[in-house]
Amino acid sequence: MQVQQVKERSKAFVNLFRQHKGMNMELKTFKGGLHPPDNKRWSEKKAIEVCPVAEGDELVIHLSQHIGAPAEACVQKGDKVLKGQVIGTPKGFVSVPIHASTSGEVIAVEPRLDTAGNKTMAVVIKADGKDEWDPNLSGADPDKLMPQELKDRILAAGIVGMGGATFPTHVKLSPPEGKKIDYLILNGVECEPYLTADDRLMQEKPEEVVEGILILKRILGVEKAVIGIEANKPTAIETMQKACEGKGIEVCPLQLKYPQGAEKQLIYAVTGREVPSGGLPMDCGCVVQNVGTAAAVNAAVRRGIPLIERIATVSGSAVAEPKNLLIKIGQPISKLVEFCGGVKGELGKIIQGGPMMGMAAVSMDVPVTRGTSGILLFSEGEVIRAPEGPCVRCGNCVRACPAFIMPTEIAFQMRRGKVDEAEKLNVMDCIECGSCTYICPAQIPLLQFFRQAKSAIRANIAKRKKV
Amino acid sequence: MWEVIGALCPCCLLWILSFGVQASCLTILFCVLGCVLAEAGWELIRKQPITVRDGSAVMTGILLALNVPPNAAWWMALLGGFVAIIIGKQVFGGLGCNPFNPALVGRTVLLISFPVQMTTWVMPRTHEITSATPLSAVKMAVGLHGNITPEVQAQLSGVFYGGLGGQLGVLSALALIAGGCWLIYRKIITWHIPASFIGSAFVLSSIFWLVDSSKYPSPLFHMVTGGLMLGAFFMATDWVTSPLTPKGMVVFGIGCGVLTVLIRLFGGYPEGVAFSILLMNSATPIIDRLTMPRKFGAMPKKFGLVTKKG
Repeated sequence: MQVQQVKERSKAFVNLFRQHKGMNMELKTFKGGLHPPDNKRWSEKKAIEVCPVAEGDELVIHLSQHIGAPAEACVQKGDKVLKGQVIGTPKGFVSVPIHASTSGEVIAVEPRLDTAGNKTMAVVIKADGKDEWDPNLSGADPDKLMPQELKDRILAAGIVGMGGATFPTHVKLSPPEGKKIDYLILNGVECEPYLTADDRLMQEKPEEVVEGILILKRILGVEKAVIGIEANKPTAIETMQKACEGKGIEVCPLQLKYPQGAEKQLIYAVTGREVPSGGLPMDCGCVVQNVGTAAAVNAAVRRGIPLIERIATVSGSAVAEPKNLLIKIGQPISKLVEFCGGVKGELGKIIQGGPMMGMAAVSMDVPVTRGTSGILLFSEGEVIRAPEGPCVRCGNCVRACPAFIMPTEIAFQMRRGKVDEAEKLNVMDCIECGSCTYICPAQIPLLQFFRQAKSAIRANIAKRKKV
Repeated sequence: MWEVIGALCPCCLLWILSFGVQASCLTILFCVLGCVLAEAGWELIRKQPITVRDGSAVMTGILLALNVPPNAAWWMALLGGFVAIIIGKQVFGGLGCNPFNPALVGRTVLLISFPVQMTTWVMPRTHEITSATPLSAVKMAVGLHGNITPEVQAQLSGVFYGGLGGQLGVLSALALIAGGCWLIYRKIITWHIPASFIGSAFVLSSIFWLVDSSKYPSPLFHMVTGGLMLGAFFMATDWVTSPLTPKGMVVFGIGCGVLTVLIRLFGGYPEGVAFSILLMNSATPIIDRLTMPRKFGAMPKKFGLVTKKG
C-alpha cells in the first residue's frame, strides 16, 4: 500500500516538474527544435476586436500577397468598388484573385511599398465608410456541391494559407492523380512566440473551424482529420475537443516546441511520417491546412465571403496594449498600432508575422496582407544584437535543427564561398525556421548563410536547365 | 566559459588543500597568467580585439595547472601557458579554430621537454616528494617483474583515499563528477562524451582485469587514478575539439576510453588520457563527416511511401 503511495507521489512530482519545464513526455512531438519563451500571456486572454475602417481611410491592397503569380488589376483609378468585389484577377494556376476589403473609390493603381521595402503593384482604395457588401456574393450549402465546385469557390474567394506562407489553398487541395491522401492535418500549433491569433480563433469560433474542416475533408475525400494544438493552449484544446465531438475530427495536443507549426514537423509529430526530402506533404499522404484557413474556407463556401479580413495579434514590448484584432487586408500597420494604444517607449523594430520566422517591416505605413498573423513591436533595447563571435563548435545548432542538417558546417563552407560543399551538406533541406540562429551562443547569423546558399544553388540549377 | 571554471572549483579547492596552499596556488596562478599574457600579447601584436574576458584563456590555464605537478617550477607553469595558447590555439586562428585541446598541448609539450619535473609529484597532505604515481608504480612493477608485486599492491591499497603521489583518489573523482554533472545539468556539455569515455574505459579495463588480475589493475583503480575523470568531463568535452553530432560524440568518447586503457597497459607512458584525447581530437573532423545526421525525410522507413527521384 505504502509502496503504491510513494510511486504515485513520485509520479505526480515528476509530472509537475515536466509541466514546469514545459515538456510533457506523453505528448507527441518531433525531433530537434527548442523552446523559446512564448510570451503569449500578453494577448492570450484578449478577445478578438474589430479594427475599424473609417471614412476617408486609405487601404493599400497589394496584388501579390500570395506565393505564385501576382494577380492582375481589373479596376482603374476612379472606379467605385464594393466590399468583396474582385479588384485583381489571377494569372495562371498558382495564383488567386484579390478583393476589395471595403467599399469606396479606387484612387490609384500603382506600385506601393510592401513589408520588405519593395515597390509592388497595389490597388489603393479610399474607404467611403459605408462598408457596403457586393450584392453578387452568395453562399451555398457545401453538402450539395461537388468537390470541384467547392474548390472553385475557394479559388474565387482568394483563400491562401493563413499561417503566413500564403500558398494558394486550391492548389494544395488538388493533389495530382494517383497521389492518395489519407490524412488532413489542421495546424493549430501556433508555435511562434507572442502570436495568439489562432488560439483566439479556436476559442471563439470553434464551429467555423470545424465546418471548414468538414468541407476540406469532403474535397480531399479523406477519412482522418487531426487538429494539432500545442499544450500551452488548454482552453483551445478543450473547446475544439467539444466542437469536434461526433464529427470524425481528432484533436491532438502536442508538446511545447518550436518549430512544431512547420508543415513537415507537424506531420511527423501527428503521424510519425517523414515528408521525403525534396518532396511535398502529399508525398506521404498528408495535406496540412491552418485552422484560420479552414475558417476562411467555411466563410467562403457557406456565405460567399472572400478573404478580405483576418485575425492578427498585435503585441510586443513596445505596444501599449497588446490585442487580438480582426483586421482588413490593406490597413496600414500604424492604424492597428493606434487601435492598440500606440507605441510605448522607443520603437526598435517592427516585425510582421512571428518573431522567429516573421519579416522586419520597413515602416509603420506598409499595409497588412493575407499572411499577416501578427504585428510585433519591439523596444529599442530588446533588438540590440551582441557582436558576432567565432564558432566554438558547441553543437547546439546541430541538436536544435529539426531538418537534421549541420548548420555550423554549412556556414563554415559558405564563408569560404563553397556553395557546392554546402549543397552536399544538405542545405536545400533547411526549412528556414531559424532555430540554429536563435540558439547560437556566438550570435552567428546562420540562417542568412543558408538563404544565400539556397538561392545560389537554385540559380545554378536554373542555369544548368537552360544549357 | 566562466561557468566551466566555476564547475572546476570544487576540484581546484581539493587540489589546493591537499597539495599545499602556497605551492598549488602559485602553480595555478602562473599557468593562468601564462595563458592570459600569451593570449593578450598575441592579440596585441596581431592588432586583434583582446578576448581575455571570454574566459577561455583562464580556463585553459586552470586545466593546464591541474595537469602539472603542484611543485613544478614557476617558469614551467608560465611556459606551459604560453605554449598552450600560442601553439595550441592562436596559430590556428584563435578560439574555435584549434584542432587540439590547448591545455593538453601545453601539458604534452611540458611532459616531453621536462620528463623528470613533470613526473615528480608530491604526496598529498604530507607533501613528501615522490616520483611514484600509482599508474607509474604499476607500470614499473609490471615492466620489471611481469606482474603487480605485493609491495606495489600494498601501496595501491591506499589509492582510493589518495595515499600516493599526485593522487587524490576517490575524493577528487567525486569533485570532478559533481562539476561535470553541473555542466550537464546546465546543458553546457552533454552526457555523451563523459559516459562513453568512462564507460568504455571501465569495460575494457574490466576485461583485462578479469583475464589476469595479477598483471592488470582493477577497473576501479583506473577510474580514480590519473586524469581520467578530469579528461572525461572537462577536457574531452571541449566544444571546439570534439565532434558536433551526438553519435560522433559517442564514437569520440569510446575512442578516448579505449586508447587511454591501451596506453596505460601497453604504452610507453604510464598515463594515456592526454594522448588519447589529443589523438581523438585529430580524428574529430573525420568523425563529424562520417556521423553526419540523416537529413529529415531522407529515408522514410514507415509506410513505404518513397518518391522516386528522376
